[in-house]
Amino acid sequence: MFNNFFHKMASPKYFYRISGRLIPWLAIAFVLVTLAGLYYGLVKAPPDYQQGDSYRIMFIHVPAAWMSMFVYVVMATAGAIGLIWRIKLAEVVAISSASIGAWFTFLALVTGSIWGKPMWGTWWVWDARLTSELILLFLYLGVIALYNAIDDKRTAARAVAILALVGVINIPIIHYSVEWWNTLHQGPTVTKLDKPSIHLSMLIPLLLMAVSFKLYYAFVVLMRARCEVLERERHTGWVRELAETK
Amino acid sequence: MSLNEFFNMGGYAFYVWTSYGIALLVLLINVILPLRQRKKLLGDIARAARRARRDTT
Repeated sequence: MFNNFFHKMASPKYFYRISGRLIPWLAIAFVLVTLAGLYYGLVKAPPDYQQGDSYRIMFIHVPAAWMSMFVYVVMATAGAIGLIWRIKLAEVVAISSASIGAWFTFLALVTGSIWGKPMWGTWWVWDARLTSELILLFLYLGVIALYNAIDDKRTAARAVAILALVGVINIPIIHYSVEWWNTLHQGPTVTKLDKPSIHLSMLIPLLLMAVSFKLYYAFVVLMRARCEVLERERHTGWVRELAETK
Repeated sequence: MSLNEFFNMGGYAFYVWTSYGIALLVLLINVILPLRQRKKLLGDIARAARRARRDTT
């Protein structure tokens, strides 16, 4: 029965139907959690004793940076599953994650830069954290470019999975960069073994926004994956039927 | 806290609101892109299917 479930889930047609039902609920949950996060982050949380109100950029910047790494790991894992078990749906999830991951990385870099200007006095430094995050953006762009350069989608997915897996090495480098090369970017305050060194009034909105970004990724990756499924299955009967009834 | 104070963000209004503005834009783009792509794909596929049927009859 268990096997049967996975087999069914991995069928593109079934996936298309189920994901279509899931997306609105995830989107609603995303909106609710985001509103709560923004309320606690922009209204309830007090200004920082050193950074004033500028630190509120954190509620976007840190979740975006977390997502940039999380999505990369999802992409590489899905890629590996596609590579080993030849599951089409895993390939679809991997490539659909790439563009969203790139956008999260872009957002982390840009908001970091905007935060850096008033706090550090500069938009950009070649600090280890910033540089390794920039490399992450290039990895994502490399994955997208490679996928688009190969016509056969299944061959493309295999090539992309290998590139994504090699790039995983960058993830621990990003995470530990602030400890290994301690220059300008601050160290972790939440993701460490010790107790988080951040006040609860700021931790709550931060975690709410982290959940919000996860929910956002969940429904947007499904939206993209559905397009990819349509594209790949365009010559099958069910997709034609679907297209003609729309 | 007054509304003015809120928008002023302790003097960091430009930095804070630019960040949130860009975030909103990025989140919107990633919803609009797949919506438009899906519409276009379904249109293309339907057109191709009609053409194929016309050619065989």
